[in-house]
Amino acid sequence: MRVADLVTAAVLMLLGGVVVYDAVRLGIGWGAEGPRSGFFPFWLAAILITVSGVTVVRAWLARSEKPFVERAQLASVLKVLWPAAAWVVLMQFVGLYVASACYMGFYMRWIGRHSWLLVVPVAVGVPVVTFFVFETWFLVPMPKGPLEAWLGY
Amino acid sequence: MGIENLLHGFAIAITPYNLGVAVMGIALGTVIGVLPGLGGANGVAILLPLTFTMPPTSAIILLTSIYWGALFGGAITSVLFNIPGEPWSVATTFDGYPLARQGQGGQALTAAFTSSFVGAFFSIVLITFFAPLLAEIALRFGPPEFFAIQLLTFSSFVGLGGGNPLKSLVSILIGFILATVGLDIVTGQLRLTFGVVDLMKGFDFIVAVIGLFGIGEILLSVEEGLRFRATRTGMNLRVVLDTWKLLPRYARTFVRGAFIGFWMGFKPGGATPASFMSYAFAKRFSRHPERFGKGELEGVVAPETAAHAAGVAAMLPMITLGIPGSPTAAVMLGGLIIWGLQPGPMLFTENPDFVWGLIASMYTGNIIGVLMVLLFVPFFARILAIPFGILTPLIVIVCGIGAFAVHNSMIDIWYMLIFGVIGYVFKKLDYPLAPLVLALVLGDLAENALRQSLIMSQGSLGIFFTRPIGGAINAVALFFFAMPVLTAWRRRARGAPLPPRA
Repeated sequence: MRVADLVTAAVLMLLGGVVVYDAVRLGIGWGAEGPRSGFFPFWLAAILITVSGVTVVRAWLARSEKPFVERAQLASVLKVLWPAAAWVVLMQFVGLYVASACYMGFYMRWIGRHSWLLVVPVAVGVPVVTFFVFETWFLVPMPKGPLEAWLGY
Repeated sequence: MGIENLLHGFAIAITPYNLGVAVMGIALGTVIGVLPGLGGANGVAILLPLTFTMPPTSAIILLTSIYWGALFGGAITSVLFNIPGEPWSVATTFDGYPLARQGQGGQALTAAFTSSFVGAFFSIVLITFFAPLLAEIALRFGPPEFFAIQLLTFSSFVGLGGGNPLKSLVSILIGFILATVGLDIVTGQLRLTFGVVDLMKGFDFIVAVIGLFGIGEILLSVEEGLRFRATRTGMNLRVVLDTWKLLPRYARTFVRGAFIGFWMGFKPGGATPASFMSYAFAKRFSRHPERFGKGELEGVVAPETAAHAAGVAAMLPMITLGIPGSPTAAVMLGGLIIWGLQPGPMLFTENPDFVWGLIASMYTGNIIGVLMVLLFVPFFARILAIPFGILTPLIVIVCGIGAFAVHNSMIDIWYMLIFGVIGYVFKKLDYPLAPLVLALVLGDLAENALRQSLIMSQGSLGIFFTRPIGGAINAVALFFFAMPVLTAWRRRARGAPLPPRA
C-alpha cells in the first residue's frame, strides 16, 4: 500500500511538473485579454505538486503491512482487463459488432466454461440486438468493419 | 405563481409519451443500479447519446428516471447482496443485509423503497418552492459569485467529504487540469497537448465517468473472485402490506432523515455524510440502540430516507445555478448543454416548459418508480443470477458503446479503459472520484468565472472578498478548506488521539 501510495503521488508530482512546463510556455501572467492561457493550469499544478509532496512525506513515514494488491486479486483483475483491451484492438479492424461477438464468445468459453449451445446464441445474439437498437432505432453509428460493409451498411 | 407553473409542468409530464419515457427510464435505471459496475452516474452517461434526437424535456425525464431507478436498484443490491452500489448506500447495508440473511429481505426492501420515496418526495416539494426563489437570487450573480459557489462546491468535498482531505484536493486538481487540456477558447491557444492531435479535443467527462465508475468498479469487485453473488428476495404483496403497517412508528426517523438529507444534499458530496448522519441519529435516539447493525428496520429507514432526500436535493443547484451537486447531476448538466439549453438561473425565464416539466416529472417519476420496484423486485434481483462469464463482457461492451457514442471516436474507448485503471488505483488508495468528475465538468466554467472576475478587478484578488454575497460564500469555502486542519488541531489540543487514517 505504501509503495503504491508513494508511486502514485510521485507520478502526480511529475504530471504537475509537465503541466507547469507547458503553462510557463503559454504564459502565466497578465496579457492583453486578462490572465493568459497558462495562468489557471499553472496554479492548479503548483498546488498539485505541493499537496502530492505532502502525501509522499506522509506515505514515507507511515507503515503498512497490507500489500496494494495480492497476486490472486491482480490475476482476477487482469483477467477482466486484457480481454477488454483485446476487444478494443480488434474493434479497429472488424468493427464493434464482430469484435463484441468474438469477445463475448471467448469470455463465455474461457471464464464461464459454458457449452457451445449457449455460447453461440448469446455471442451472436447480443451484437445483433445491439446493432438494431443503435444503428436502426436510435441512429447512433458504431464502428463498423468489413462484415457490415458486405451486408450493405 | 408556483402552483400554476407546477400544474403546467404536470400537463407536460403526464403526456403518454413522457410517461412512457419515465417508465422505460425507471426500468432501465433499476437494471443499471443492480448491475455491478453500472450506477446512476455512468448509467446516465451511457444512455445520454440516445437522447440527442429527443425533445429536451423528454430527454431530461428519461435521464432523471434512470437516476431514480438506479437509486432504487442500488438499494436492492445493498440489502440482498451486501454490495453498496454507491457510497451513500453503505449505511443501508448495515441493517439491510442482516435482515436479508434472517429471511426478512422482503421487509427490508419494502422499508428501503418506501423510505427512498418519502425522502425523495420531501426534497421534491422543497425544490418546487425553493428553486424559483434561488434562481431569482442567482440572476443577480456576477462572475465572482459564480466562482465563489464553485469554490464552495469543491471546499465541501475537502471539508465535509469525510475522506482524506489532501487526496480529495488532489482529485479536484486533476479534474481541473484534465479540463484545461485542448483548445483554450478565450485565447485560441492549445494547452497541454504537446503536439498530439488526439489530445486537442480534450477529455470528455462522460468518458471519464464511464471509465472511473464503470470499468474501475468492475475491476475492484472482481478482486474477490470472478463471480457476482445472488440470493432470493422473499418479496410479495403480503410482505409489502405488513411492512407498511410497521413503518408509521418510524415517523420521526423519516422526518429527521428527510431534513438531514435535504440540508446536506444541496451541497455537493452531501448524500453520503447525510446517510451516515441519519443512521447515527436514529441509533442515538432509538430505545434499542443495541439492535442496530443486527437487522433493525429503523436502520434501513434512516439512511435510505436521507440518501434519497439528498440525491434529489442535488438537482436543486443544477437547475438553479448550473452547478451540479453530484456526478449524476453533472452528466445531466452536460446533457442540457448538448440539447442546446443554457444551464443556470436563466432557465426559469427562458425555458419554463423544460424546468417545470422536469420538476413535475420528479413527482410522477418517483411515484411510478416506487410502484415498479415494489412489483418487480424479484425480476430485478434475478439479473445478478446471470453468470459472470456473460455479464462481464456485456457490461464492458455497454460501457464501450456509451464512451464511443459521445464523439464517435475510437480514442474515447481507450480513454475509458485508462480511466478504468485510474479509477481502480485511486479507489484503492482512497482518492475520491466524484470531485474529479465534477472538476472536469466545471473546469471551463470555473476558469471563465475566475478570468472574468480578475478582468473586472484588473487582476486584484480583492474582488473575491469585497462583494457582499461572493465574499460571504468565499469565507465559508475557505473555512471548509481549513476544516480538516482545524479539527485535527482541536483534537490535539484536547489531547484526544488522532483518528486512524482511512
